[in-house]
Amino acid sequence: MKRETLGLLVVFILLALVPFVAALTGQASWTRLVGQALIYGMAAASLNFILGYGGMVSFGHAAFFGIGGYVVGVFYHHFDAGTAFLGIIPGTDQMLITLPVAIVVAGLAAALVGALSLRTGGVQFIMITLAFAQMFFFLFISLKTYGGEDGIMVRRTNSLPGLNMKDKATLYWVVLVFAAAYYLFLRRLVQSSFGQIIAGIRQNERRMAAMGISTYRYKLYAFVLSGMGAGLSGALMVNFLRFASPDMMHWSRSGELMVMVILGGVGTLAGPFIGAGALFTLETTLARFTEHWMLPVGILLLVVVLTTKGGLMALVAKLKGRAE
Amino acid sequence: MSRVLDIAGLVKTFGGLTATDHVSLTVDTGEIHALIGPNGAGKSTLINQICGELMPNEGHIHLAGRDVTRLAPADRVALGLGRTFQITSLLDDMSVRENLGLAIQVREGGNFRIFDRAARRSEVWAEADQILAESALGARAAVKVADLAHGEKKQLELLMALSQRPRVLLLDEPMAGLGHVESQQMIEALRDARQECAMLLVEHDMEAVFALADRISVLVYGRIIATGTADEIRTNPAVREAYLGEEDA
Amino acid sequence: MILLFEQLLNGLQYGVTLFLLAAGLTLIFGIMGVINLAHGALYMVGAFAAAWVAIQTGSFWGGLVSGLLASALAGVLVELGVMRRLYARDHLDQVLATFALILIFNQSAVMVFGRQPLFTSAPEIFSGAIEILPGLPYPTYRLFVIAVGLVVALGLYVLINKTRVGMLVRAGATNRQMVRALGVNIQGLYTAVFGLGALLAGLAGVMASPIVSVQVGMGDEIILATFVVVVIGGVGSVKGAFVAGIVLGMFDTMLRAFLPATLQQVMPGPEAQALGVGISSMGIYLMMALVLLIRPRGLFAARG
Repeated sequence: MKRETLGLLVVFILLALVPFVAALTGQASWTRLVGQALIYGMAAASLNFILGYGGMVSFGHAAFFGIGGYVVGVFYHHFDAGTAFLGIIPGTDQMLITLPVAIVVAGLAAALVGALSLRTGGVQFIMITLAFAQMFFFLFISLKTYGGEDGIMVRRTNSLPGLNMKDKATLYWVVLVFAAAYYLFLRRLVQSSFGQIIAGIRQNERRMAAMGISTYRYKLYAFVLSGMGAGLSGALMVNFLRFASPDMMHWSRSGELMVMVILGGVGTLAGPFIGAGALFTLETTLARFTEHWMLPVGILLLVVVLTTKGGLMALVAKLKGRAE
Repeated sequence: MSRVLDIAGLVKTFGGLTATDHVSLTVDTGEIHALIGPNGAGKSTLINQICGELMPNEGHIHLAGRDVTRLAPADRVALGLGRTFQITSLLDDMSVRENLGLAIQVREGGNFRIFDRAARRSEVWAEADQILAESALGARAAVKVADLAHGEKKQLELLMALSQRPRVLLLDEPMAGLGHVESQQMIEALRDARQECAMLLVEHDMEAVFALADRISVLVYGRIIATGTADEIRTNPAVREAYLGEEDA
Repeated sequence: MILLFEQLLNGLQYGVTLFLLAAGLTLIFGIMGVINLAHGALYMVGAFAAAWVAIQTGSFWGGLVSGLLASALAGVLVELGVMRRLYARDHLDQVLATFALILIFNQSAVMVFGRQPLFTSAPEIFSGAIEILPGLPYPTYRLFVIAVGLVVALGLYVLINKTRVGMLVRAGATNRQMVRALGVNIQGLYTAVFGLGALLAGLAGVMASPIVSVQVGMGDEIILATFVVVVIGGVGSVKGAFVAGIVLGMFDTMLRAFLPATLQQVMPGPEAQALGVGISSMGIYLMMALVLLIRPRGLFAARG
């Protein structure tokens, strides 16, 4: 336990130093890139809870990511225009309001989708979550007031009392703190009584039912918790990029999140963050060389899935095992 | 003597096939009631209906006086129904201790807590350790279930089922696949367990049946053709006919 | 009234396309238990091959044959190279592998054909319109598509219900393990089913090429609707794919045709348009939600 905590601390410190390194080396974009990777890591980690720990292959996770983001966007839109949502809820640019609301709204959406989808399993479940996510995509495209296809420009990042959110480094550190907090939350969650039940359901649902667990309720709870995490990351992303668009909830985005989870290693805590970093780095690097970067990514993904079991972390573990 | 499990007139059909044909059967408190029958008699179908994985077409199932015919499996467990699986169904990635601990944790409740640490629920683990110490699996507590021998898995299933403190325990061929020594161990374990709950023992192994059962029912082609004590069943002509060439009675 | 009938026919034509795609997909799901996100890619391959050859040679029929050959070939390659390794894997691996295939297919198509859509036209004989109702001339080609779809449906019905192979297919859809245990040449059956699915998808693509714009991403759009059809119809059921496909096709078309206009009666123009289009797009998903509430396994689910 002690060594793990030490390792996490080291990683945290290294990540905190990124803005300084970026300034020193003149690579200003690094702060933005690492920040984005951290946020995607959070989204992937939230998916990993139901996927890696819970065994629920949800292909609609990006919907909750996007909904969380749109909460921020809608709040900003009304704030900027001086109008109120549905005529009663005023806009705001305060992160202390927008983030919690994003989490709750995403959680509600997850409750709705989960309540219907979790009555099925297997292949059906995957298709249904995919379909529902796409439904949200079309819904948001149709809302002309909130930008429709073009999305919402959030010209100013939400404010946090006492901090200058216009400063790139400050914003990055805020994101880093959220990512660290979320990681610790997930670690606690996995070790909790509930976490153990979910792990049991993944391994053998029939056995858990035979012990008296109404698995549907537990899976739904996990689904909602996971959706809330996705909502939080979406809200952070919109703050970070200052832009909310329906593309955030497109099903290919769900696919990307799944790829991050599997690249990093399903069912591990650090895996999703590593996978997010890896995929994001890969995509941005390849994009510099060719506009057809999706092809090598696709091929790589295919090879990884067909040949390895457990992604990068398992690979690392294997190499470590060989070295010891 | 109260009825802890009361099955009345159960019927289950699959298209043209009648798998369960007006089955009536009771288990009283403190009793071990064995259910035997040749292969294909419909024992699995019957078990699945009792447990709630399958819904009967007709008939009723009462558990400690409550009608559970349409209840979900998890709800029946809450009312006191336990079961073991013929093909062991355990949590393979976890150790013996972790499996048992989880079973106790489930019984104890509080499983929607997300901020506690399951490992710190000391009463749960103390009970698990005690049960393991008193059982044949004490030395294997840290072994992953995937690495256990078949007989050990069966033992673990029994321990987990008993830890739920059921009123009646449904045992689906606990002797299946066990060697001679392991069978003796299982029979012993079941004998010890009879003080804790009533049992409906579905079995092929006649040695175990005659060693343990207070009453025996015989299921043939979905129908109960006889119910009685070991001696009554042994001498029943219909039963002998059904079993001719099947088992060594 | 005329407009209604015209849209009904359009819906029927779209429904038939969905059926062709869903039939293959539901069989693959039901018999092999494999989820294939890249099924739409085979549709795209069929459409692109047909369109390209038709443009080069000026012959729709040449395009038809090429499209079918191309999608069958693509299907075989995919089955040999990828699907075979996925039958034993869990759903997550299948999802990711076939997702990777989508990326590969789409990007390859962009590299070969560019991002501009290809346009082809219907063959000479079908290029006119038939006056099926007084005052309603309907494109002959669309009637041809409907006819082909119905003929294929009939053919599939005969194949599955009246032949030995069909019996294996039905058995496999209800109980995979049993068929394996019976010693049937499972690998052969799987390849055949996948090939059939690929052919149907390719046919759908070929038929659609003169009507829709043939471009990269066309497979992704239609595969979602196809999934909904499969879920509503029931995994493993071709009958379900047929009923759900037709119903959904009509429902979707009617919504898109009439909802925006209806909304414009109560809302300002551009907003009504966007909202109408949005809700129409959501229509089939809402229908899916409704069906799931009453029948979680779909309307005609094969037991398994």
